[in-house]
Amino acid sequence: MRKIFNETLLKIAEKDPRIHLVLADIGYGEIEGFARKFPERYYNCGVMEQHMTGVACGLAMEGNIAVTYSIANFPTLRCLEQIRNDVCYHNANVKIVNIGGGVSYGPLGVSHHSTEDIAILRALPNMVVVVPCDLQEAEAATYAVFDYEGPVFYRCGYKNEKDIHHRPFKFELGKAITVEDGDDCTLIFCGPIGFEAQKAVEAAREKGINCRLISMHTIKPIDKEAILKAAKETGKIITLEEHNLAGGLGSAVAEVLADEGCLDVKFRRMALPDVNVHEVGSQQWLREFYHIAAPDIEKTILEICGK
Amino acid sequence: MYENYKDLAKRIRKDCLHMVHVGQSGHIGSMLSAADMMAVLYGGGFVKVDPKNPKAPDRDRFILSKGHAGAVVYATLTELGFFPKEWMDTYYCDNGKLMGHISHYVPGVEYSTGSLGHGLNVCVGMALAAKEKGEKHKIYCMMSDGDCNEGSTWEAFLFAGQHHLENLIAIVDYNRIQALGFSKDICDLGDFATKVATFGWATKTVDGHDFMDLENTFKALPLEPGKPTFIVANTIKGKGVSFLENTVASHYWHLTEEQKLEAYRELGVEE
Repeated sequence: MRKIFNETLLKIAEKDPRIHLVLADIGYGEIEGFARKFPERYYNCGVMEQHMTGVACGLAMEGNIAVTYSIANFPTLRCLEQIRNDVCYHNANVKIVNIGGGVSYGPLGVSHHSTEDIAILRALPNMVVVVPCDLQEAEAATYAVFDYEGPVFYRCGYKNEKDIHHRPFKFELGKAITVEDGDDCTLIFCGPIGFEAQKAVEAAREKGINCRLISMHTIKPIDKEAILKAAKETGKIITLEEHNLAGGLGSAVAEVLADEGCLDVKFRRMALPDVNVHEVGSQQWLREFYHIAAPDIEKTILEICGK
Repeated sequence: MYENYKDLAKRIRKDCLHMVHVGQSGHIGSMLSAADMMAVLYGGGFVKVDPKNPKAPDRDRFILSKGHAGAVVYATLTELGFFPKEWMDTYYCDNGKLMGHISHYVPGVEYSTGSLGHGLNVCVGMALAAKEKGEKHKIYCMMSDGDCNEGSTWEAFLFAGQHHLENLIAIVDYNRIQALGFSKDICDLGDFATKVATFGWATKTVDGHDFMDLENTFKALPLEPGKPTFIVANTIKGKGVSFLENTVASHYWHLTEEQKLEAYRELGVEE
């Protein structure tokens, strides 16, 4: 996914001279195209995430669009106050991109997991939070993010993401995409873990359960309409994310349901537990270990449907 | 000219005292140490801004990184006509016009700060943007001792030298006192100008209360071609009010009515 993001960024930057890429010495093998093509709009600050974000904000205050880019928590939590006070308070046109959302960098360990970022970033005023699930969605989201004027957190995957969308879709920030139709229950996911959801939904369908599958690629602003429609039409909602249980997609969906008085909906959140993920393993192994891979998702679908 | 600076600085100090008294708020020491520099920077036309066109693209950018002293900027901007003087009566008050830490919602204020270690980084971004486009305006950053404890400030020192940002001027209001004590006892900045010079900056140490020294320095910007400028302005915290001068307490002091009037008397101003 990082490859498609960088390729798309390059295409957009060819047409839009406002776009600057500001780095903190991360991006080997991916950012060189931009650096070669637009050296005058490319800054590697060195290993300085706070400075990277401040510089990006300063560039944006002068009418540019600045992209900060790094892996895991580095472009978000390391410089959170710069994001809050500089980028968000000044509503600066800065796009914050992290590569390796969730536990993409599984065996690298806790320092390289971004498992609280959705919760934290969505709490910031003016911030849009986008979590694309596959390459098609990532490409479409990149165009949308640069069309939008203002701060955006783009939580990118890493590599080898599987295709989830198998039919054409229109991408619009804040408008969820229905990947599979179904009326028995609804599974709302964000990010590449949606592939696990899709496998589970297919397996459940073979057992006679039609589960609606929704990609909630924009966590903020969230698509209330899609959530309420799912609640009304299916009565059962499961959320799935590669993120801490606290404050992420599941919380955002629960907020909508509670605020709108949909308290009779059967509701389950599937996410990483509130722990530091210190077990050693690949992304897929960790998903299985923490019960957010296809077999456990299928079990949850069956359980919520009373099977 | 120096009389003009003196008068302007006196009015700025008086307005700061008025605001912190109205708001029963702190940071007066940090405002009074910067007042003379503000008088020269704005009164001398070194920071080129136009109250009739506050967002003119060719304006100079001025960011107060020591945002807790925001009232010293408010007092200066109202003198220039950016907003009505009556707004100062609402400083720090419910439904007031002027926030304690400097806010870009106030006309003429370029940027909001308050947490230290933010201003210089943003100034660097602005300086890069101006350099890329060949624009000639300057980017000023006024900082404090405490601001220079922050690691992010040192990131900016490193980067600005590397990128030869000669349109960037950082001025440290070096009053040598921070929130809990004297900076030499907390994190001694030592020979500050020499330290920053090793990062590739042109540096100069001046008397931050000497109008002639300040004017001559600002007239000579940039100090060296191809380098950002770093000015260490030696100042006295609480300057101009004897019971506040060079005291740690002046950082959080809340003035009583009697103390405000006593300060006015010392400054030679009337209510």
